[in-house]
Amino acid sequence: MLINWYRFSSPVSFYPLAGIGAHAFGILAALCAGAGLFVALYIAPTDATQGDAYRIIYVHVPTAWMAMFIYVVMAGWSALALGFNARLSAMMAQALAPTGALMAALALWTGAFWGRPTWGTYWAWDARMTSTLILLFLYLGVLALRNAIEDPRRADRACALLTLVGAVNVPIIYFSVQWWNTLHQGSSISFTVAPKMAATMVTGILIMTAAAWCYTIAVALARVQSIIVERERGATWLESLIDLRRNVVRRSPA
Amino acid sequence: MSEFLAMGGYAWYVWMSYGAVALALIVETVIVRARRKRALDELRMMTPGSSPVGRMRGAR
Repeated sequence: MLINWYRFSSPVSFYPLAGIGAHAFGILAALCAGAGLFVALYIAPTDATQGDAYRIIYVHVPTAWMAMFIYVVMAGWSALALGFNARLSAMMAQALAPTGALMAALALWTGAFWGRPTWGTYWAWDARMTSTLILLFLYLGVLALRNAIEDPRRADRACALLTLVGAVNVPIIYFSVQWWNTLHQGSSISFTVAPKMAATMVTGILIMTAAAWCYTIAVALARVQSIIVERERGATWLESLIDLRRNVVRRSPA
Repeated sequence: MSEFLAMGGYAWYVWMSYGAVALALIVETVIVRARRKRALDELRMMTPGSSPVGRMRGAR
């Protein structure tokens, strides 16, 4: 079967596909979240040293990962938007930014509420935490830049450029725990320490991460639908105008 | 049940984290759906007589 993929680079033909995707991933997200919460709060045993405070890991790690993943995906769409002057790619980047900002904020928030009982502080100017805060500011900067520029095509290019420049922060976040002596711990998932315990924990984290992925895809697709309708309004209107004229021409005797 | 809610004495930290995530995701979902509905409603109002909305199906 041959599919003309280029067809979907046009916003109007992508629109119905986005609707189906938003619905399907929304359902998947709900199912994964239900299963993940069951593992996180019921199946997984209490941690020997951290008690039940460690359960924050099931919301902290997925949101922190998503904050970084979304930025990488947004940078990818931005590169396509700049390189091929692709309208839909820019719209996808635009649709991801608010959810990325939300995930970064949630990662910081849940981190604070995990840090207080385990480190004794809600906040420290630790390399990992500070670079994640910068990630949040980058998201907010992209959103603010978009709102500051009237012409959507100019806003597309400016936002894409800012997103790509800001991408340098992602490896800094990722490697911050290795490059600097941080209060933040290293890799959360360890297969070497207490393997039986880690297996349940890893399962829980992975299911919650799957839920976060599905949620992000669903919300981004639903948002890109709004963006398409809002931005392509003129084009649709123009199209229906042309249709009307055609009818008039057909009706008039030649 | 109350033992579950107590979270071994860490109730404040655990529920503030889970609560904030749940609240944020629900609020975002509501906002995104409302925006899509508003965009489609405005499109319908802008195009009387014609049916571009028919082509724009897939929204719920």
